[in-house]
Amino acid sequence: MRNDRLLFEQLEISLDAGQMLVVEGPNGCGKTSLLRILTGLRMADGGEILWRGEPIDRLAGDYFEQVNYVGHHDGVKHELSCLENLRLARAMGAPSSIDLDDVLEQVNLYAYGETDVGSLSAGQKRRLALARLLATEATLWILDEPFTSLDKASMAMFSSVFERHLQQQGMIVMTSHHDISLPQQALQRLMLGMPS
Amino acid sequence: MSHRLSLSQAFVFLLRRDLLLALRNRAEYAMPLLFFVLVITMFPLALGASPQLLARIAPGVIWVAALLAAMLSLDSIFRSDFDDGSLEQILLSPHPIALLVLAKVSAHWLVTGLPLLIVAPLLAEMLGMPADAQTTLLLTILIGTPILSLIGAIGVALTVGLRKGGIILSLLVLPLYVPVLIFAASATENAASGFDPSAQIYMLLAFLFLSISLSPWATAAALRMSAS
Amino acid sequence: MFLWFHKLGSPPHFYRIAGKWIPWLGWIFLLLLAAGLYGGLVEAPPDYQQGESYRIIFVHVPAAWMSLFVYVVMAVCWAVIIIWHMKLAEVVLISSAPIGASFTFLALVTGSLWGKPMWGTYWVWDARLTSELILLFLYLGIIGLHNAIEDKRTAGRAVAILALVGVVNIPIIHYSVEWWHSLHQGPTVTKFDKPSIHWSMLLPLLLMALAFQVYYVLALFQRCRAELLRRERNHKWVGEL
Repeated sequence: MRNDRLLFEQLEISLDAGQMLVVEGPNGCGKTSLLRILTGLRMADGGEILWRGEPIDRLAGDYFEQVNYVGHHDGVKHELSCLENLRLARAMGAPSSIDLDDVLEQVNLYAYGETDVGSLSAGQKRRLALARLLATEATLWILDEPFTSLDKASMAMFSSVFERHLQQQGMIVMTSHHDISLPQQALQRLMLGMPS
Repeated sequence: MSHRLSLSQAFVFLLRRDLLLALRNRAEYAMPLLFFVLVITMFPLALGASPQLLARIAPGVIWVAALLAAMLSLDSIFRSDFDDGSLEQILLSPHPIALLVLAKVSAHWLVTGLPLLIVAPLLAEMLGMPADAQTTLLLTILIGTPILSLIGAIGVALTVGLRKGGIILSLLVLPLYVPVLIFAASATENAASGFDPSAQIYMLLAFLFLSISLSPWATAAALRMSAS
Repeated sequence: MFLWFHKLGSPPHFYRIAGKWIPWLGWIFLLLLAAGLYGGLVEAPPDYQQGESYRIIFVHVPAAWMSLFVYVVMAVCWAVIIIWHMKLAEVVLISSAPIGASFTFLALVTGSLWGKPMWGTYWVWDARLTSELILLFLYLGIIGLHNAIEDKRTAGRAVAILALVGVVNIPIIHYSVEWWHSLHQGPTVTKFDKPSIHWSMLLPLLLMALAFQVYYVLALFQRCRAELLRRERNHKWVGEL
């Protein structure tokens, strides 16, 4: 419920390794709330979320370690440089084995390693936020409108990042206004906001 | 399977991050300190400069000013992290939130409470406080300001998501600050009159240990609620 | 007994039961109030020290007891919320807050009215009055916080945390203020420093305390019912009323 309004009920979803779930629906139908419930940031009013058969509130830290969340906010500090932000993300989660400079290279921010995030454009900040996905190791990626502020080239680049993640047995849950092209068996669609 | 950092490494990382942020936002953090000095200066102006009067009220005045300055500085603990989404990321960390919170509160104290320790003796001298009382004053500030940061953190965590959070924050936090004020001011007053302040100092220490053990958990719970 | 507890937690059930009790509670309260007031204002002899003016304690003391009692109830609600996740406990907690605040305010006002004949002034930094004042601030803080948070579910949780922190603090605050008061004021003899109270005064006092208890439950039930309606208006059972 959000401000005493019922958003959705009787939802049943299950996701396997290598699969992506795209949540769709009109604005205000609860996509963000659902994603936040899946991350554990928000408690559902009823029902439960299982990760490998165990409820996530019991798993706590172990579950968080395997989840990466990029929400509406970028989650980066403007007063710190790109590299400092990524180092912090690694300290807070499970670091991946990729060198941070390579991560920046992949998202086309290599030149801005030492620049303060405050002076970057919106698209660049978003790319840094998504770079977090590469800097840390997580099986499940939960992404809320990841392509906001990105140009076509960046969108294509991240789409292939997502594909690679799925091929490596990762999982993705995301919402997006943009179309994702993926092989059918890897893709599940969930439509929220249908009046009952 | 997990090669995440150890808890103490994450703790130190977060602490250093907050100190670094404070360094780059110097102006914002200097305000409460300035406020502290200004408030104390107001009193001789308002009450006349009679030395006996000033010396008598000095402990209370300094501590009330410290309290108000602490309340002003509280917002900075979580506000910026809440606004740019960093708070969510901290809450999604596999490390225990209560201890990460402790790292942030420690950073806050280092930046807001410790400077008081340096400035207070000068102001105490200006108000005519005797020397041994000044030592007691410093001791109470050393023990008391972390308590203010710890308890204040609970209040900030509860109100960080609210629009008019600042006003409610003061209402919430002031009653909880009262014991610290009472014991710290009276310890200093006792020392100024030549009595032994150790009983009050021990009470303050007890509060400190109580806050360190309880406040991080309450703050973490409040943060989870605010971010949901 | 456990089953009864769980059944009580269901909103429609509670709504009905509370509704049935309310008229009874109303009558019991009036009866007790009348008895207590009669005993206190008419029957009990005038105090040899303070004459007639001491009679205000028959309102002041029970009000003060209630202000603390309600706060403790709120802290118990916190435990119920955390352990059993009972939604009803959230409702009880937030409905109790204004009632507790009113009792505290009543205690303060009657305390200061008592102060005039006793100390010659309406307000004095008596240990009890000061800690009551701070308790009032705690209550106001709880009410304020609850009003400020839009999503009532979250508001319930926030207030539960605050109530808990407050409960830990109440003995601390009370102790510090009493300690401070005894340090700064001269020793003040209050009526209840005497080891025993005459029966004719004790009885009306207890009657009033009981009356206030009943009033609390009465007001609580009414508020809870209103709050439940507001929270559950999307649910079926409300539509069927």
